[in-house]
Amino acid sequence: YIVTIRVKPDHSGVVTDGVKHSMNPFCEIAVEEAVKLKEKKFIKEVVAVSCGPTQVTETIRTALAMGCDRGIHVEVSGKDYEAMGPLQIAKIFAALAKKEEASLVILGKQAIDDDCNQTGQMTAALLDWPQGTFASEVTIDGEKVKVVREIDGGLETIKISMPAVLTADLRLNTPRYATLPNIMKAKKKKIANMKPADLGVDMVSRVEVLRVDEPPTRLAGVKVETVDDLVAKLKANGTI
Amino acid sequence: IFLASPSALTGSALFFAAQRCIRALKTVQAEHAPPQHYTWRRNCSSAVMPRITSHYTIFPRDKDPRWEGVEMERFADEADVVIVGGGPAGLSAAIRLKQLAKEQEKELRVCLVEKASQIGAHTLSGACLEPSALNELFPDWKERGAPLNTPVTEDLFSILTEKYRIPVPMLPGLPMNNHGNYIVRLGHFVHWLGEQAEELGVEIYPGYAAAEVLFHEDGSVKGIATNDVGIAKDGSPKDVFERGMELHAKVTLFGEGCHGHLAKQLYRQFNLRENCEPQTYAIGLKELWVIDEKKWRPGRVEHSVGWPLNRNTYGGSFLYHLNEGEPLVALGFVVGLDYTNPYLSPFREFQRWKHHPFVAKTLEGGDRIAYGARALNEGGYQCLPKVTFPGGMLIGCSPGFMNVPKIKGTHTAMKSGMLAAEAIFPKVTAEDPASETAGLHIPEYEDNLKKSWIWKELYAVRNIRPSFHNYFGLYGGMVYTGVFYWILRGKEPWTLKHAGLDSAQLKPAKECTPIEYPKPDGKLSFDLLSSVALSGTNHEGDQPPHLTLKDDSIPVANNLAIYDGPEQRFCPAGVYEYVPLETGEGMRLQINAQNCVHCKTCDIKDPSQNINWVVPEGSGGPAYNGL
Repeated sequence: YIVTIRVKPDHSGVVTDGVKHSMNPFCEIAVEEAVKLKEKKFIKEVVAVSCGPTQVTETIRTALAMGCDRGIHVEVSGKDYEAMGPLQIAKIFAALAKKEEASLVILGKQAIDDDCNQTGQMTAALLDWPQGTFASEVTIDGEKVKVVREIDGGLETIKISMPAVLTADLRLNTPRYATLPNIMKAKKKKIANMKPADLGVDMVSRVEVLRVDEPPTRLAGVKVETVDDLVAKLKANGTI
Repeated sequence: IFLASPSALTGSALFFAAQRCIRALKTVQAEHAPPQHYTWRRNCSSAVMPRITSHYTIFPRDKDPRWEGVEMERFADEADVVIVGGGPAGLSAAIRLKQLAKEQEKELRVCLVEKASQIGAHTLSGACLEPSALNELFPDWKERGAPLNTPVTEDLFSILTEKYRIPVPMLPGLPMNNHGNYIVRLGHFVHWLGEQAEELGVEIYPGYAAAEVLFHEDGSVKGIATNDVGIAKDGSPKDVFERGMELHAKVTLFGEGCHGHLAKQLYRQFNLRENCEPQTYAIGLKELWVIDEKKWRPGRVEHSVGWPLNRNTYGGSFLYHLNEGEPLVALGFVVGLDYTNPYLSPFREFQRWKHHPFVAKTLEGGDRIAYGARALNEGGYQCLPKVTFPGGMLIGCSPGFMNVPKIKGTHTAMKSGMLAAEAIFPKVTAEDPASETAGLHIPEYEDNLKKSWIWKELYAVRNIRPSFHNYFGLYGGMVYTGVFYWILRGKEPWTLKHAGLDSAQLKPAKECTPIEYPKPDGKLSFDLLSSVALSGTNHEGDQPPHLTLKDDSIPVANNLAIYDGPEQRFCPAGVYEYVPLETGEGMRLQINAQNCVHCKTCDIKDPSQNINWVVPEGSGGPAYNGL
């Protein structure tokens, strides 16, 4: 994930051409958790979904190589892709969850591109399903799910009924490597292709990005010799 | 980098030119006037050195108790041809094989493994591409959208002194002349080649490094195995440990680029270098800058020699103005790795060069957006090994087809890949291969190489680089080229030799003077760590360092003691650091393996030849975007 980010010369966004894209780390954890639940026989089938241009099929392949059964690629490109945000994705996921009759929707807690931390929560609201967010432990108990959540104050344990939305936090598991034999096998697994319109979702954004700028360069600090100097400097720039 | 002065034709003119040269050189040497002192580090260490190397190539796992009971079986798959390395050579070979398969309606499974996370991410080059090989591979490359957007419009050559620039005319017929060539971002070009290959049905697997060569019972090459994953930094298995995969093939092509680590093993195994000289190398460092539009001259190619290097250190610079929408220039510096002064730092020479008035005026007001480094071949004709062996062959910069005075190797690398494909195709698709060994031995590839334009090109320029080994250094070499190449086209009957192994060229530190480099100013020149950050390099932290030492005690005992730790200076990524021991007196070597940009310079230049670069977990390494 170490790539140097550059702002586009027209300040409309960040340069993404030619930059290596990979699966969001929290989503890797989510995929791993889903595959683990399948291996423990709590769920029957894992479907990996991604929204975006053609390149996302590579990411779906990685998920298939980690153990998902099939993939769905919701094609969004061009201007729609640039304007796509959590609300549009949540609408797509909600529509798919209903269509596929899913019992669990597992996502990463947030994307490291924009750190919004909204998609999981919005998906649950649109579906009117319970949500277990920031999960660091997930246990399925009959028709209910026990989720240990990481919160500011420590850990909170809740029990929610399925169908539910879960979002994965860092300590949920350590994702497995997608090994080459699995990548080769994944080439044979199916990835269905569809557009947001097929799901009845409108991609119009309620948010307009006016301008993107780099953060201001950090200025060098100034060292002072004595406390009097420090007070004088603070007075001089109006802090005290 | 080099050129000829036409006045060096007649004998007397030669003598006067020589006299003028000597006077000029004395001035140039004075610029490096030594401060009359040097640091001498005492390195008797009384404390115990912490272990540095934990890689299984040095400490085999079958004798390691931590690995008892771990499942070491590997999944294996069969292909017709396996190609190691997704660079110009490997991809051209793959494409040519599939083109032939399509023409002759035969089935062929071609698999290509590449250690970078995506094709092009580890590719770094100037680059001025001569489209000769591309025209043969894809005559319709323009329609297919190949990213050759910048035809060369002007060609400048200079000899730099500390403050001034001596322009040298670029006469047609000189090796450096770039008429008809294109300035490309080789990473993007290689990425495009990868797309063409996938369309033709080549199976490309980026993010998987070939870590091991596999052999049949009869000693021929059976294929390769990809790297294992999930080994901890101390060499023990983690929970997520997974064995690599074996790819078996009738023929395996090795296109790892300059100084490949599997190629190193193959040279020894099959004795491929018994009739050639040891390869000599250079290190190339490169940056991409977005400059002020007013200074932008798309299509302009600038090369220089001279300052800041002295006349006995081979090297020079390049600066190319790209034409891809924004005012982008690709610039860089090359230093021959046969340099003798252990205090020389190629990275700092590069940063220093940018302050020369002729260069600074282009860069002023601009922003640096990328950085990278890679070793390149300088040996040419004299250093070509045998390139075929039972079960495989070497293509591209791995054996080393770079035309050094032209500073181009991409077209010859591509052509070598294509010739390999053409030699292989009839053999792998034949009903009965009629081979003595299980892995096919295809010497026709080497015969085809010798009949092709690659051989003629390399033969004609074979004496230019070795001609630098004379008292006048750079200037002697230029005179030689003027007479023997520009006029006689390399037809002289003799072949000069190189100086020997690059790693043997360093003089002990006490015989050399440290070089005073200026501090980076943060606008034109930069420090090493911020540059490494721009390369986007990263590796999984919890894995054994892939810069393995055959003997952990040699760095302090030999490299530091005699040569003052030159690896601190020649590594363009700050991997090697000598730090004080936590307890007791003395220093220890610290290897910051995560910074590595896979340039291979340490494996080449280590005076003790103790460092063995092996491949880290796949998809680690730099993340170059169009470099």
